[in-house]
Amino acid sequence: MYVGKNVTRVDARDKVLGRTKYTDDLCDKSAYIVRILHSSIAHGRVVSMDTSQAEGIPGVVGIFTCFDARDTHSFPTAGHPWSTDPEHQDVADRRILTEEVRFYGDDIAAVVAEDEVSAAQALRAIQVEYEEYPFVLDVQEAMKEGVPQLHKEYPNNILKHTTIRKGNYEEAIKEPGLTKVEGWYETPTVQHCHIENFICYAQMEGERITVVSSTQIPHIVRRVVGQALGIGWGKVRVIKPYIGGGFGNKQDVLYEPLCAWLCWKLGGHLVKLDVPREETFVSNRVRHAIRSHIISWVRPDGTYAARKLEAFSDQGAYASHGHSIAAKGAGAFPQLYPCENVEVDAYTVFTNKSVAGAMRGYGIPQAMWAVECHTEDVAARMGMDPVAFRRRNVMPVGFVDPFSKNELYHDTFNQCLDKALAATDYQRKYKEYQNQTGEIRRGIGLSLFWYNTAVWPISLETSSCRMVLNQDGSLQVQLGETEIGQGADTAYTQMTADVLGVPLSSVHVVSCQDTDVTPFGTGAYASRQTYTAGFAIRQTALLLRERILAYAHELTRMPPYNLDIVDGNIIRTTDNRVLMTMGELSTEALYSLTNSQHLSAESTSQIKSNAYSFGCTIAEVEVDIPMCKVKLLDIVNVHDAGTLINPALAEAQVHGGMSMGIGYGLSEKLLFDEKTGRALNDNLLDYKLSTFMDHPRLRALFVENPEPTSAFGTKGLGEPPACPVAPAIRNAVYHATGVAVNEAPLNPHNLFRRFTEEGIFTATGKGGFNHV
Amino acid sequence: MSRQYKLVSCTINGKPVEKMVDVRASLTDMLRDDYRLTSVKKGCEVGECGACNVIINGECFNSCIYLAVWAQGKEILTLEGLAGPNGELSDIQQAFMDEAAVQCGFCSPGFIMSAVEILEEKRELSDEDIRKRMSGHLCRCTGYENIFRAVKKTMLKRLGKEKEAEAVTHCTLKV
Amino acid sequence: MYDIKALYEAESAEHAVRLLIEHPEAQIIAGGSDVLVQMREGRRAGKELVSIYGIDALRGVSYEADGAIRIGSLTSFSHITRDPIIQKHINVLGEAVDMVGGPQIRNIGTIGGNTCNGVTSADSASTLHAWDAIVEILGPEGIRRIPIHDFYIKAGTVDLRPGELQTALIIPKAAYEGYYGHYIKYAMRNAMDIATTGCSVNVKLSPDKKIMEDVRIAYGVAGPVPMRAPQAEEAAKGKPAEETYVKAFAQAVLEDIRPRDSWRASKAFRQHIAVVLAERALRKSIELAGGEIHEQTV
Repeated sequence: MYVGKNVTRVDARDKVLGRTKYTDDLCDKSAYIVRILHSSIAHGRVVSMDTSQAEGIPGVVGIFTCFDARDTHSFPTAGHPWSTDPEHQDVADRRILTEEVRFYGDDIAAVVAEDEVSAAQALRAIQVEYEEYPFVLDVQEAMKEGVPQLHKEYPNNILKHTTIRKGNYEEAIKEPGLTKVEGWYETPTVQHCHIENFICYAQMEGERITVVSSTQIPHIVRRVVGQALGIGWGKVRVIKPYIGGGFGNKQDVLYEPLCAWLCWKLGGHLVKLDVPREETFVSNRVRHAIRSHIISWVRPDGTYAARKLEAFSDQGAYASHGHSIAAKGAGAFPQLYPCENVEVDAYTVFTNKSVAGAMRGYGIPQAMWAVECHTEDVAARMGMDPVAFRRRNVMPVGFVDPFSKNELYHDTFNQCLDKALAATDYQRKYKEYQNQTGEIRRGIGLSLFWYNTAVWPISLETSSCRMVLNQDGSLQVQLGETEIGQGADTAYTQMTADVLGVPLSSVHVVSCQDTDVTPFGTGAYASRQTYTAGFAIRQTALLLRERILAYAHELTRMPPYNLDIVDGNIIRTTDNRVLMTMGELSTEALYSLTNSQHLSAESTSQIKSNAYSFGCTIAEVEVDIPMCKVKLLDIVNVHDAGTLINPALAEAQVHGGMSMGIGYGLSEKLLFDEKTGRALNDNLLDYKLSTFMDHPRLRALFVENPEPTSAFGTKGLGEPPACPVAPAIRNAVYHATGVAVNEAPLNPHNLFRRFTEEGIFTATGKGGFNHV
Repeated sequence: MSRQYKLVSCTINGKPVEKMVDVRASLTDMLRDDYRLTSVKKGCEVGECGACNVIINGECFNSCIYLAVWAQGKEILTLEGLAGPNGELSDIQQAFMDEAAVQCGFCSPGFIMSAVEILEEKRELSDEDIRKRMSGHLCRCTGYENIFRAVKKTMLKRLGKEKEAEAVTHCTLKV
Repeated sequence: MYDIKALYEAESAEHAVRLLIEHPEAQIIAGGSDVLVQMREGRRAGKELVSIYGIDALRGVSYEADGAIRIGSLTSFSHITRDPIIQKHINVLGEAVDMVGGPQIRNIGTIGGNTCNGVTSADSASTLHAWDAIVEILGPEGIRRIPIHDFYIKAGTVDLRPGELQTALIIPKAAYEGYYGHYIKYAMRNAMDIATTGCSVNVKLSPDKKIMEDVRIAYGVAGPVPMRAPQAEEAAKGKPAEETYVKAFAQAVLEDIRPRDSWRASKAFRQHIAVVLAERALRKSIELAGGEIHEQTV
């Protein structure tokens, strides 16, 4: 059996040899180069564009302005399964190029040139005349009367107001003896920072357009390119090679429609759009900044009587994934710590900023920031131990979400907590670090998290798989669920080998998705790959096994129920005798003059279940108060992702999520200029994602409770690791200093502000810092 | 405007080569476009991500901000030059595989070349120094943890410290 | 591919001077880690460049006849850090430039480029200021030498006249002999960053290690160009190495520095950090000089 084993990644060898081909490596050098002209105002209208000078630059093939793109269609960009119900379709508010400018960095023209220097020169030579409107950058400001409106269909800029009502909040708070704890918590705009920027190229063959794209969602891209160009979806072919990370940014359709349109405009000539890093920051997608307001009414025994959450989610200029992010976060609120009386109001609001879309965690990192900072505050206010307080209130075993039917089958939270507490010596350190005084103080902090795998029942969950047997008994496996660095192909290989009974080396997962040949699948998102693909893999492998054994029955005259496939051999189960190898069977099947069969199987699973995936982080910090700096000393994540298909790869994936969480908690924030709306730190120097020197050793631990609904006992792990890290760090800093920092990240600017407010610089005692 | 070219002769992955190169080209451009060495990746083009890192005369450089014409007379090593003639992996490549230090793989070539520079010094670096020497690369998948382990293990093995190398374990086992 | 109008490669410093005169519009490119980035941004797009990167004569660290330390302008940061002369006499400079960006940047970046771009955040600049470095410049008229303080004219502008290039940075013997120093780079992360504030302090103690005979301090990003803090230096000079004076010295830097508000950091934050850094860097310098800080004897 291979599931559960630390099998080496199937793509690792090519990757360490440097021969793995990514989009740019595959593009022919004859490609025209596309560059996009982005708006230099935050809100307004393009009145005119003078391209005459740009057109005269040698090497320029063509300039295409927003006025040239009037024949294209509005399209949605979210990497969601399409809905045939118009009520549930994503908002189609994007144009290939736009005359209406809604953020600083909007796409208003495209330059096509023979080389990148000419393209860059042409960009600088285009003169744009705008009619400028006032703009709004703050999410709550944007909801006020009289402020600039981004989309006329959405008054007060509210894309959606999501509500949850449970019990009777107003009545419940009248209970005598309750303590009210209230706080505002805020997360920043951050960006995915996959190291390969978004890139795609397009070329026509006959009447069809082929787009090769660094995407997580090839089949969705095909649909959206069709929608944008107003052509049949079958006229579009999308190919996804290996990609250099995605993290949700590439779960949006980004510039594939533009690239395809330019290709079509240029008679089908090969065109390539390689987005520079600065534009990746500003004009791709970002994570929603969310400001949350939580009020909890707590009984003296530490239970909740009533709770309320208001969340303001900064959508930026276009709908993209829209309210579904805030909705997912809102949905977590009444579940992580269930309470009889709950009110949730989540507003997703347009502002004149970069567009927010999916990013690792999909609303949960923001929700956990608010909820787990608040939980710490409540425990502190009630004078209760933070661990005991959480154990008392956390979702109990047997909890069932009436909407998704998700169930907490195991005592996951307590098991994860126990493991994390033991690994970090939390209880001892928690006591030891109380009441410190000096300049440098230590603290230890904790956060749980709630997550659920996949998108059912909000959206379709489906996966298709094809297996084709080769003459040597090996097989190709194809799925629409994509390898984006997480190791999906390796997990699929292990699963297939186990179900079919063949050696790992006999399974060739076709990594590249090509919508012309790959079975339909919606791609990599929602931590769904192993969970969702698992159903299709098991079902298809069983189907293929049945066909193989049926053929073996023909050849061996043994009844199929006495046959099995083990280690790539057909065996008779009654005496375990090897009757033939898979290679012998496959060769015979293909070339038989009497009964030639091309043994293959293809099937689709529609999945109508979903699975919780929970865990926690504990972080230990050292705070240098005068320096306003936090040093992370130790960090542990514990996850229950069900059965681990590949523990080593699971661990690696957790490390990556922890790293992203560390950046979220300590350093990352995309800044926008108040005066112009321009992003200020749109590069990897000024945007501070953590480096090799900003981490301690990262520790990933697991609790493996097999998920009963799952084809392989497994469930989501891609996004969860990023969810609990930042609040754990914040709670550790709170423990160390007594200063609650409610706005992420805890960078020096923020700590300086909070330490100053709390007067901590003057209170560091003898020998300490005292100039303030 | 007439284009300006220069004949650039250098050694790439042990092989003497020469080509007329546009003086405007970066070394990344030359290696990727003229020599099709596509392990040299473009992640930022301003020397911040390290994906285009190659070794020139024994030292690591971000080839995106290195003019191709400066390669004249230099010895350049890219990831493609590490494996043996029959595709045998070098120890550091094997370690990246064994330690699950590769995920999307886009930053891996740059990281491996920095590791090679360290390993060629044949001395034992502290953990802090390993981190510092590898810090010219950004990775969003791995959190650097397994890369750290791959480099440290290989360094110790090359110094004959097999036992110490084996002791470099997953932090998971620290419990 | 960079938008370079023409590239002229200098084979010697004198050749570079000739090229610069022949092509008065041309700009100098040394390691290129600033020039190429700015060219890509469009700021320097379409310019002619004179590349001095190939001039090996401008690389390396050596003693001059009078014992001064001469650092060729093209010496890369990593070579400065590893150089035995630097390690022996002014190790703090090696440490400071070992904090620039990341390892690859330290292999391409040169100390000449770091100072000629005239930016206040350069990691080498505060230490060079704090150690009274002299800048050597070659031009059509020959060589001239000026104090580094005078080399910086304003943000982004240094005293390089048409046809001139910087050829060396020189630390006079009197400026380094008996001094011990420490540099603290304050940045938002531990690698691949530019200084929010950088502070370089050095001290010369009396033979009994009790008196601070001389204290020098310089900052990056405390004003538009790297700067010394003369009032703080005066406050400490000749004083005992005691808590009171260390603290007074640190407080006094606020009289000298002129940080500004920007999105990178607020003025108040920079002032706060400047004081913390001054105190910590002086403490460390005294320790390196073999002294120890005593509680004040009131």
